[in-house]
Amino acid sequence: MNRKQATETVVKTVFMVSALTSILIVLLIGVFTLREALPAFREIGVGKLLTGTVWRPGQGQYGILAMIAGSGLVTLGSVILGVPLALGCAIFLSEIAPPGVKAIVRPSIELLAGIPSVVYGLFGMVILVPFVRSLGVPGNTGFGLLSASIVLAMMILPTIASVAEYAIRSVPQGFREASLAMGATRWETMRRVILPSARSGIMSAIVLGLGRALGETIAMIMVIGNSVIVPAALNDNPLTIFLSRARTLTGNIAVEINYATGLHESALFATGVVLFALIMIMNSSARMLIGRKKWEKKR
Amino acid sequence: MKVTVSKKFACTILAVTALFLIASCGNGEVDQQAAGSDQGDTEASLSGELNIVGSTTVQPLAELLAEGFEAMNPDLRIYVQGGGSSMGVRCAADGSADLGMASRDVKQSEMEETPELVVHTIARDGIAIVTEPGVGVGELTPEQVCDIFAGTITNWSEIGGPDMVITVVAREEGSGTRAAFEDMIMADDALITSGAILQSSNGAVRTTVAVTPGSIAFLSFGYLDETTVPIAIGGYLPTEENAAAGTYRIVRPLSMITLGTPEGATAAWLEFIMSADGQAIIASEGYLPIS
Repeated sequence: MNRKQATETVVKTVFMVSALTSILIVLLIGVFTLREALPAFREIGVGKLLTGTVWRPGQGQYGILAMIAGSGLVTLGSVILGVPLALGCAIFLSEIAPPGVKAIVRPSIELLAGIPSVVYGLFGMVILVPFVRSLGVPGNTGFGLLSASIVLAMMILPTIASVAEYAIRSVPQGFREASLAMGATRWETMRRVILPSARSGIMSAIVLGLGRALGETIAMIMVIGNSVIVPAALNDNPLTIFLSRARTLTGNIAVEINYATGLHESALFATGVVLFALIMIMNSSARMLIGRKKWEKKR
Repeated sequence: MKVTVSKKFACTILAVTALFLIASCGNGEVDQQAAGSDQGDTEASLSGELNIVGSTTVQPLAELLAEGFEAMNPDLRIYVQGGGSSMGVRCAADGSADLGMASRDVKQSEMEETPELVVHTIARDGIAIVTEPGVGVGELTPEQVCDIFAGTITNWSEIGGPDMVITVVAREEGSGTRAAFEDMIMADDALITSGAILQSSNGAVRTTVAVTPGSIAFLSFGYLDETTVPIAIGGYLPTEENAAAGTYRIVRPLSMITLGTPEGATAAWLEFIMSADGQAIIASEGYLPIS
């Protein structure tokens, strides 16, 4: 009995330490990044840093608005392309596919998650970029938001699809049976019963995908062109904004940190702080969204 | 049975955690030792150590040279570390490294800050201007290259080429190759256009130029191959012969920088680099030897 209790205590402590370690790591990274970024915030000014569109460290100009816009647009693009595909995949796998098909499709999607991002980048650079270039709009080089969004959509697909599929599968079988027994068709059941019940799981799947999209670095560097310009439409068609070159927040850090010193280095850490803040805002707003839905349901 | 299993499990976790702790503590000690010996006297004899920090272009060359020099002096340890040309100059200036490496000229501002800096040019490296093979323009003047990279000339037809939009590909801000290019080609008030595609290595620049119609870029000589077409500048193609003869002008120095006149191991190391053996190693890596 005593030995049992001792084991319990030891195991409990070990797990608690692991949990605390992960919190500690996040705190350490956050504090360190912030500390390194302070000189930039102080000398350049938060407002100027966040709203400046010119980034020329050689000339002492540090504005990261172009990178914020780049990261935002490429994430938006990947969501528009990737989320419907991923949800379709999840619904197919959980509700429609016969076991034989499932046995092929599911491992394929999981394999997609295991491909290193540099391989996605290479694929994008050699296959997608020339394809996008063939759209034939003047000034379009293929490198830009569209290529990057397509690559990113492929990369977030497995994350969103597998988490969403799990959420849909977790809807109790009774819900389906009850709905079908009331005379609803399979489509009505899916749309009115299953998807609403799985909503919070699907939301967290999308947020996970968004996190990956915002954080992706190397594949983006390879296909987005890395030009420091606020993306703008190439002609009268506003959609051509996606053919514009851009640079992401992560790319800004990765491309320049090797050689950066002094204020330049600090400004890159400030870029990291902005990225940190964006991801925190996104995660907590998603949590709020999910929480509110649950609360409404309870009422 | 269950108890023993969970106990074993717990023990394993504990053991692994302990190992991690020990490993991390160990690292800390090593770091401290290294940091301590950095400040020690390293110039006394050939049995000490040399710390060399700086340009990532010079780094692989320095590592190869260090291998050769260490073979001759078994008691000497040479530590070569990257960080970029600016960091090389800074570390040499504040004495945190015995030698700094730079792949560009030392700036005037840096010299004013630390007048004791001595620059030892150990080799030279050419920078070629290349285009995508479909462009078909074989020769440009330095002024045209400047205007193209500044974004003033935007179509190949303006300089006798096909009607094709020019796409400028360049290295990122802070790169030594970019700094050297700006130094030698770009006019004082001209900046590389912000619309340029930026890639973070010579290799990525080459791939981008090879697949992007109408593109132009600058590349270190070591990266020239048949996927891109080198442009003659002022009538001379970027070849090692032309660079050695001085007719191809876009050549940058690769340097070692010391604080004051080098002594002891530092002097012996520089002597080795300038010797026939050292220069042979430099030539075998595709750089231009000094002597």
